[in-house]
Amino acid sequence: MIESNLPALQVVLPLIAAPLCLLLRRSTLAWLVAWSASWSAAAISIAILLKVLSSGTISYAFGGWAPPWGIEYRVDPLNGFVLVLVSVVAALIVPYARRSLLAEIRSRQHYLFWTAYLLCLTGLLGVTITGDAFNVFVFLEISSLATYILIAYGQDRRALVASYQYLIMGTIGATFIVIGVGLLYLMTGTLNLADMAQRIAQMPLVRPELAALAFLTVGISLKLALFPLHLWLPNAYAYAPSVSTAFLAATATKVAVYLLIRFMYTVFGQSGIFDNLPFEEMLIALSLAAMFLASIVAVFQDDVKRMFAYSSVAQIGYMTLGIGLANASGLTGAIVHLFNHAVAKGAIFLLLGCVALCVGQPVISKMSGLAKRMPLTAAGLVVGGLSLIGIPGTVGFVSKWYLVMAAVEKGWWWLAGLVVISSLLAVVYVWRLIEVCYFREPSQKMSEAKEAPLSMLIPAWVFVFACIYFGLDTSTTVGTAAIAAQSLLESMQ
Amino acid sequence: MNIADFINYWIAMFLLVTGIYIVIARGNLVKKLVGLSIFQTSVYLIYISPSKIIGATAPIRAPGFTDYSNPLPHVLILTAIVVGVATIALGLALVVRIHEAYGTIEEDEIHEQDQDAT
Repeated sequence: MIESNLPALQVVLPLIAAPLCLLLRRSTLAWLVAWSASWSAAAISIAILLKVLSSGTISYAFGGWAPPWGIEYRVDPLNGFVLVLVSVVAALIVPYARRSLLAEIRSRQHYLFWTAYLLCLTGLLGVTITGDAFNVFVFLEISSLATYILIAYGQDRRALVASYQYLIMGTIGATFIVIGVGLLYLMTGTLNLADMAQRIAQMPLVRPELAALAFLTVGISLKLALFPLHLWLPNAYAYAPSVSTAFLAATATKVAVYLLIRFMYTVFGQSGIFDNLPFEEMLIALSLAAMFLASIVAVFQDDVKRMFAYSSVAQIGYMTLGIGLANASGLTGAIVHLFNHAVAKGAIFLLLGCVALCVGQPVISKMSGLAKRMPLTAAGLVVGGLSLIGIPGTVGFVSKWYLVMAAVEKGWWWLAGLVVISSLLAVVYVWRLIEVCYFREPSQKMSEAKEAPLSMLIPAWVFVFACIYFGLDTSTTVGTAAIAAQSLLESMQ
Repeated sequence: MNIADFINYWIAMFLLVTGIYIVIARGNLVKKLVGLSIFQTSVYLIYISPSKIIGATAPIRAPGFTDYSNPLPHVLILTAIVVGVATIALGLALVVRIHEAYGTIEEDEIHEQDQDAT
């Protein structure tokens, strides 16, 4: 009974837990509810992924209404993988968040924070698991509205403006997605993604499809912060509370990347719409621009959170590059990088939260001598940084390896070279941080600082260990990603 | 093809572009939200227009009626309206908080204050 309803429980559980937090009002009680809901969601997602890997795609008809008429939840290896990523990250952040929130948000507002956190988780899981185009929009808006709240909780008043800007851009993005979905519905008469894909493949190519593709691409790109559409991201990440930044950086943009893959490959994959369209070239060009320009901007940032926010824009470039390359290695690289970057950025932003707790706002000048006072935090930052660069032995290397392979397979040696050169830019900004942390004398304020509490360090170091572990043992991540990439490419033929 | 046949779509496109223009061109945070609302509303028209057949009724079988409108887009747009209301409400709440923090809701003045602070 429970087993067959796992896909529904995945979304419903955090959805029910959210108003529960609102009713309980006590900081500790709300935290415990968030704790149990997020860890149950993580367990459910792992169970679902294992089931998908052993027995193939799961299709769940919501309320017993058979698809394509009813709403279908459809889990294949790709979104099973993303579900695990999102829910495990969310679960690990909850125990960490206790201390960090006490320091950054007034405790009588904690229950509201947890309500928004769980709603955001609901939305992200919903976008990932659903097989219904309009459902995607609704869940996307649930997660986005919750995200705006999570950002606005920042201590700095600029968090409010950042949240407002994200609200404007996010809503325009979401509305573009609705227009795209609407046009597709007009042309195909269905909202079920799998059904839609089949019907598009049988139809002659008409202009509304092109318009739908354009609206969907721009809308989703706004959400995933593809270069020129990334403007909301740096401020939002820089001024949000540490917990929100870590959660959003590790999950929100990744779900949008998943959505882009879903629409590009599953829905439009068989339609031949890309044959006469320089779509992939355009995606590659924008990805390269993101990889270089955002990395260069990151080098000149003094606020460390902002620096890594720009680095996120650059790293998202690697994912879209893999999507644009559109061969097995490229797609595997993109999906693995989705996971790897989430792990690395999760580690970095959680550790920056430790810095924020013990020293104050992580500005580069204030972090001098960090390694002497907070050795574990500094060491974790180094591992996370190395992973962003893509040093062998860390997760970043694995995904970049696949991207380089994909470029070489296409015979584009220049592109392989550019991927390597852009990684060198990451060396510059990561080294800037390492130099300050390790080779400068502690400042006055720093010499009074102590290592962060274990309740924060342990979750952060789980991410750091994951950076190394999945860099050495690639069978789980690359294995799943390769299966997912294979099934996507097969569905295109 | 008569232009008047597509009047709904012309209006929808006009509202869509008007909305986006207001969002981009206005510096007042509340006016931006008004623009955003107009922009979202235009999408409702894009959904509803093709699903309504003139002279047709809601799809309830009754003697004397043969033409039915497609109910699904109407339902979808009900959902979208709720989402839109929530977005605008949250946006206005943020504007209230911004006004408390900055004492202004003009974008350029907020920007100036941030520049002075750093």
